[in-house]
Amino acid sequence: MTTTHAAPAAVSPRPGLAPSAARTLATAARVLRQLRHDPRSIALMLLVPCLMLFLLRYVFDGSPRTFDSIGASLLGIFPLITMFLVTSIATLRERTSGTLERLLAMPLGKGDLIAGYALAFGLIAIIQSLLATGLSLWALGLDIVGSPWLLLLVALLDALLGTALGLFVSAFAASEFQAVQFMPAVIFPQLLLCGLFTARANMQPVLEGISNVLPMSYAVDAMTEVLRHPDATGDFLRDVLVVAGCAVLVLALGAATLRRRTA
Amino acid sequence: MMNSSGAAVVARGLTVVRGDRTVLSGLDFTVWPGRITGLLGPSGCGKSTLMRALVGTQARVTGTLEVLGRPAGDASLRSRIGYVTQAPSVYDDLTVRQNLDYFASVLLPGRRRAEIRRQHITRVIEDVDLASHADALAGRLSGGQRSRVSLAVALLGTPELLVLDEPTVGLDPVLRRDLWNLFHRLADERGTTILVSSHVMDEAERCHRLLLMREGELLAEDTPDALRARTRSETVEQAFLHLVDQADAAARNSSRDAAADPDPFQENHR
Ligand SMILES: Nc1ncnc2c1ncn2[C@@H]1O[C@H](COP(=O)(O)OP(=O)(O)O)[C@@H](O)[C@H]1O
Ligand SMILES: [Mg+2]
Repeated sequence: MTTTHAAPAAVSPRPGLAPSAARTLATAARVLRQLRHDPRSIALMLLVPCLMLFLLRYVFDGSPRTFDSIGASLLGIFPLITMFLVTSIATLRERTSGTLERLLAMPLGKGDLIAGYALAFGLIAIIQSLLATGLSLWALGLDIVGSPWLLLLVALLDALLGTALGLFVSAFAASEFQAVQFMPAVIFPQLLLCGLFTARANMQPVLEGISNVLPMSYAVDAMTEVLRHPDATGDFLRDVLVVAGCAVLVLALGAATLRRRTA
Repeated sequence: MMNSSGAAVVARGLTVVRGDRTVLSGLDFTVWPGRITGLLGPSGCGKSTLMRALVGTQARVTGTLEVLGRPAGDASLRSRIGYVTQAPSVYDDLTVRQNLDYFASVLLPGRRRAEIRRQHITRVIEDVDLASHADALAGRLSGGQRSRVSLAVALLGTPELLVLDEPTVGLDPVLRRDLWNLFHRLADERGTTILVSSHVMDEAERCHRLLLMREGELLAEDTPDALRARTRSETVEQAFLHLVDQADAAARNSSRDAAADPDPFQENHR
């Protein structure tokens, strides 16, 4: 089996980067075009987080401090969950419809395909986060000490992590039904242990140990740092790097599950 | 760029294992350039597997398989082969033109080639006669129309070799005739090499050459005329049945011989 890099003479003489970038952009544009034919999904992706935050604000009507901390955490968790679901279903469809086999028989790099997906869903995530963050800060009175831009940065990295996890998981699902079942398996444990319900330091030590190796914990920690501190702290930097590192690692694992040759 | 013998595809001892079954066992065959080669055999005999091996998407392939002068699956072949999978592989939630747009920019990327892409897209839409549906969603088309979109994608970029997995199955007679005319035009005018599979034997008459398969083995490799003459049959279908009976009789004999004289090499004779 040969890889793109082993490509000998017959390929275009110009070096790889330009056509590869063009293919990535074309893939992102195609994914967005597919979404455009499905306005209901776009509406759900963009509005459901806003609605949840709105609800939450009035659930905690009597204790605005609680809304601050849970709201900030959720701003990091929503993009992760949404992008996880969207990506796992979208790439599963790509696998089952035969378009993946066709694409991999064409001169498309696996990296181009994955980057295209990450770019398209990253864009959706930015819009989703802008809406949710804007609503929370200016309409629902979410009170953070740090910069809203840092909040947005974390949300974006979380979305990337969600995309990466979704891509990876889709390789192990044979149907859309199974893909959806991966959400409780992959997301719920992280949700329980990420410090949303109680500080991770208060958990039973074994659980705290587990929470230390789950990426969502760092996403929520980063949000909490922005909530409490005016500037980007050292802890914030560490949390952000962990989330970004996990996203890159899982993306690489996801790329490894894309096989040109299958049984 | 062909192999030194001038062949477009050369297979020697081509073997493929899927799961724990040997799906193709030691096939030897040649596909000649600029010709239409029909790959015929009953459903499940391994046609799709053979095609997947050719385009480089099949795992666990052994033996030699050379395509356009390079080992099958070589990265440089990806832009030179057009491949139509058995089930139409297009995006249902994009229009015909948007599908072609995307696959064209994978094949011919870059802003500078936008005009070339546009020409290719217009040409292939006409080739498969879908101009009136160019802006319809692929998912809203009939089965036959969708498989023509899938074919149109394979025609983008003017490939030297077309690998078509049952492209005419389920189409009405008029469409089938039109597609076969298109295949002949591609072979005659553009010199395209075409390997087309079918489990319907009457399609065989339209091919220049035939590969007849059964249960992962090659029964015959010849022109339709020569096959009919050799088996003294009226049609390729009868010729196929004749060859099947012959092969079964040979297998019965060799297993009887093998029982009497357990020579391990006996079973390899054909
Ligand atoms: N993914 C798979 N795993 C294991 N066996 C398979 C797989 N796909 C097909 N097969 C088997 O390989 C054989 C040949 O299949 P295929 O190449 O699809 O035949 P055809 O295209 O001639 O109908 C069949 O017996 C089928 O059961
Ligand atoms: Mg088949």
